[in-house]
Amino acid sequence: MSDIMLQTRGLTRRFGGLVAVNDVDFDVRENEIHAILGPNGAGKSTLINLLSGEFPPSEGEIRYRGRPIQGRKARHVARLGIGRSHQKTNIFPRLTCLQNCQLAARIHMGGVFGSWRSRHQAREVDERALQALETCRLVQRAHTPASAMSYGEQRQLQIAMVLATAPRLMLLDEPMAGMGREETAQVTELLKGLADRYTLVLIEHDMDSVFRLADRITVMVDGCVLETGPTAQIRASERVRDVYLGRHHEEAHP
Amino acid sequence: MLHTYPKRVVVIMLVLTAVVAVFPLWGPAVFGAQSDFLMEKLTLMLILALFAMSLDLLVGIVGLVSLGHALFFGLGAYTLALASPDFSPAAIWWMVPLVMLVSALAALVVGFLVIRTRGIFFIMTTLAFGQMLYYFVNTSRHTGGTDGVFIMFRPSVELGGAVLLDLDNPLTFFYLCLALVVVGYLFLRWLTRSFYGQVLDGIHDNEHRMEALGYATSHYKLVAFVISGVMASIAGMLAAMQYGFANPAQLGWHASGEVLMMLILGGMGTIFGPILGAFAYEILQHTFEHLTPHWPILMGLTIILAVLILPRGIAGLIIDPPSRARLAKSPLLRWLKPGQAAPTSEAVKPAASAPSREG
Repeated sequence: MSDIMLQTRGLTRRFGGLVAVNDVDFDVRENEIHAILGPNGAGKSTLINLLSGEFPPSEGEIRYRGRPIQGRKARHVARLGIGRSHQKTNIFPRLTCLQNCQLAARIHMGGVFGSWRSRHQAREVDERALQALETCRLVQRAHTPASAMSYGEQRQLQIAMVLATAPRLMLLDEPMAGMGREETAQVTELLKGLADRYTLVLIEHDMDSVFRLADRITVMVDGCVLETGPTAQIRASERVRDVYLGRHHEEAHP
Repeated sequence: MLHTYPKRVVVIMLVLTAVVAVFPLWGPAVFGAQSDFLMEKLTLMLILALFAMSLDLLVGIVGLVSLGHALFFGLGAYTLALASPDFSPAAIWWMVPLVMLVSALAALVVGFLVIRTRGIFFIMTTLAFGQMLYYFVNTSRHTGGTDGVFIMFRPSVELGGAVLLDLDNPLTFFYLCLALVVVGYLFLRWLTRSFYGQVLDGIHDNEHRMEALGYATSHYKLVAFVISGVMASIAGMLAAMQYGFANPAQLGWHASGEVLMMLILGGMGTIFGPILGAFAYEILQHTFEHLTPHWPILMGLTIILAVLILPRGIAGLIIDPPSRARLAKSPLLRWLKPGQAAPTSEAVKPAASAPSREG
């Protein structure tokens, strides 16, 4: 069994009276693609937000490579090597595609005064930005302002930006939201290719891509973990089918 | 690309700089006896241009609307006035560092407290700090109360006993101000196009995403606040030399509001726009003052019109001059000439080729 990269124990987040994430134990192993499934309002995005330090948990522990990281700010978590993308397209529209990635790559240049570091160091960083564009097949768009790109390309740029931060663990919140069939297939392929170099945690509604991509799946309902295990197990699970897939299939084939 | 402008911007700015720079040659021929007075006015406009530019870094580049920027302008003026000896000129070599140090410390303290706030709260807290200093100098005996402090001698620029520049000479002082505007402009252009500037653009567009990427955005904003405050204080110091006194009016919210209007008039976030804005604002005010004692009404109407017609200020007009098709589409013109319908085929084209802003 491979090493555990990220681990939560008893992770809970309350918003007033609402328990969005309730006593979640969640493990992510090194170099796996771990998908989080669940109906709307199951607490998937909240879980990602807790893992990325967007806000602190009410209770519980998050361990990243053995170190507790709960309560750290988002920017610290990001610099530890946990990169995330948002559900909403979240890019810098006035900057070019390449500049967007450079901005992401340069978080390791060391604060405000690192902005004026040597050209040599900047070139190293820019190299990483370019590689990220290459991986996401956006090189030919490098000098296009992000606002002028298609929606699908903007979503891909968002993944490229996460890559450019040189993460070990990527948290992707619905990377294929709102994409057409062809684009979805393209991004699925891209994520598959990333799997041997990165660890991926991914929220996705598109069942086909989830089953094609994920090594393991965690199913959440009402803030709790319903079941977690290898993709085949989740696929065969009665409980999951009842709560989630069943409903999904009914919707799909009335 | 962001912060790259068409060549005509450089050409226009160079021509305008040249026209201003040779004013001492053509001024007397055109304006006769009024020329000396106008050169003083021109010097003042240059100082205000420097002040407006410094605010543009905050408002236009980072997106922090400050209504207390005159605090630093006035701080520069008062530091010069209070630190100058009564009966001899101060040496510029320690006066400038002193002004910069005082304003940098003030900007660091004020910035530390206000930088966490956003939107209307940032406006209100900067306003509050500006007004605090205003009422302090307005009522304190040490700062001369409402009268302010007079400056008997402009600082001396000497090296080893030799006078390098005589700041009492209006011509020398004029060229010093012009040089500082040029240097300030080049500095800010370099800054906005450096990587640090790119981070500021990122903060302007989406601060939350910058945090998620891993940036300590408040550090970057604080540094911008300090740079902007120090530049404003140098403008304030020059203004105090020009007027010969430091006065509470130089740091009230009125002054902060005026410089904000120069930004709006000139075009925010372009650095060269605020320079044009400062000149345009002062020229308009000068013109209206001569027309009527109720000139603030005309001034207000002009600003409102400018915002309606030129949402991106004078700079927007230069960067992206209106085509005939776009003019025909403009609602204002169609309202003025209701008989003429916009030529549809021409009007649709530019809209379709423009980059879409979805997502």
